[in-house]
Amino acid sequence: MIEFLARLGGGVLHALARLGRWFGFMLSLLPALPASLLRPRLVVDQLYQVGVLSLQIILVAGAFVGLVLGLQGYSILATYGSAESLGVVVALSLVRELGPVLTALLFAGRAGSALTAELGLMKSTEQLAGMEMMAVDPLKRVVAPRFWAGVIAMPLLAALFSLVGVLGGFAIGVGLLGVDSGSYWSQIQSQVDFHEDIVNGVLKSLVFGVVAAWIALFEGYDCLPTAEGVSRATTRTVVNTSLAVLGLDFIMTALMFNV
Amino acid sequence: MSLAAHEEGREAELAAPFVEIKNLSFARGERLIFDNISLSIPRGKITGIMGPSGTGKTTLLKLIGGQLRPDAGEVWVDGQNVHALPRKALFALRQRMGMLFQHGALLTDLSVFENVAFPLREHTRLPESMIRDLVLMKLNAVGLRGARDLHTAELSGGMARRVAFARALALDPQLVMFDEPFTGQDPMTLGVLVRLIRSLNDALGLTSILVSHDVAETLSIADQLYLLAEGKVVAAGTAEDMRSNASPWVQQFMQGLADGPAPFHYPTDSLHADFRLSAPEIRA
Repeated sequence: MIEFLARLGGGVLHALARLGRWFGFMLSLLPALPASLLRPRLVVDQLYQVGVLSLQIILVAGAFVGLVLGLQGYSILATYGSAESLGVVVALSLVRELGPVLTALLFAGRAGSALTAELGLMKSTEQLAGMEMMAVDPLKRVVAPRFWAGVIAMPLLAALFSLVGVLGGFAIGVGLLGVDSGSYWSQIQSQVDFHEDIVNGVLKSLVFGVVAAWIALFEGYDCLPTAEGVSRATTRTVVNTSLAVLGLDFIMTALMFNV
Repeated sequence: MSLAAHEEGREAELAAPFVEIKNLSFARGERLIFDNISLSIPRGKITGIMGPSGTGKTTLLKLIGGQLRPDAGEVWVDGQNVHALPRKALFALRQRMGMLFQHGALLTDLSVFENVAFPLREHTRLPESMIRDLVLMKLNAVGLRGARDLHTAELSGGMARRVAFARALALDPQLVMFDEPFTGQDPMTLGVLVRLIRSLNDALGLTSILVSHDVAETLSIADQLYLLAEGKVVAAGTAEDMRSNASPWVQQFMQGLADGPAPFHYPTDSLHADFRLSAPEIRA
């Protein structure tokens, strides 16, 4: 029993220490952030790595989610004779929830894990220590541009995800199931509110961008510099980002949409 | 100040050691790595720091570079107390130090040329044409001008260390620290590295610290040597002093004996306790 309590206490202390290091990491990263914006080339390079290279999975996933929403939405709406509302159902689901959340989950798997592995390997091959000895701050040179790239890329990727999803819903609803094309678009135009829906959706994905980049970079920077350490850190990035995104989404939805 | 007094002051400055380690202690957790050691690294010379694996030779370099903080004692580099410096001053001091990590620590996403150009691009605003010339000069000094366009993955271990050497020289440092430069190299590469370290140290007026456990190579180029073991300096002097030193520590290390003051067996229970044997059954 005492052994169990000791192990439980040890686990809690370990988790709290990690949480402390996570916040400490951000505190030391904050002063490095403005300076890295003065070197846009570094940020643009990273935007390509985390943003452009994630496009494939984001666009394909967005299209399929849109197709499925079109099918499911139609079958339910048709029961109540309101199939022409399909456009607004698809658009609102995507812009408010599925776009930001699914993009963040896919981002964690595609770009977050890559960021962690890259930083972890740089650490284990002494590249970060080497930079420090060359009087170059790795937080400014390596971490900050990657952080900005994550924060900038996430809302753009989420917007593209939603856009492709709406087109997917259109292809199924209008192209296959016979919903009127004019109704599909006009319902979206009249029912989707710019501030209530679109701005809130963008805000969500901005928050997810900060959290996903923060977790991925922290895990890489904090990992044990061994093969096993990097592998564990990469797994932790995907798991922790996914849980954080889902938890934050619930909280933000409750606050934003006054449900 | 008269010219004579000025010259005198200058001579005194040049005679002062470049690096001084005073009563340094450092522990990792429970394990004491350095127990109140003092060393001095003279200007313009190659100082070899030898010792068995795990004696904290690399840790010593990290303490000199200010990447680790000592638990007690001080490290002075060119008249500055490294661990009392604010971050900005420490980074300025590091620009006057070059360090060669054990595995090169080259940036894997950059070419050979860009690796050597990296410190120049980060710390200077030189025009591209001058950066090109400087990088090629440094690469030429290590014999790798022709490898400028290679990717780091295409380099052999010895080449990677030479590129790292060129990069360490990029900002014309006064102090270069080598962490195990000879480990895992073929005899030809070893010869190249030994000659390079010696000739560049003399040609550029560097102060070099060479951490290694390769006895023959280190003795062949170091002007002064320290032997570390169990957190202490067990011997110091020239290569000749080391060879003639009668201390069992020095003899064990220099001759590569398996057993001696540094035991072959990691500390553990006695044999017959571990194998549950009675004493007569154990044969030496």
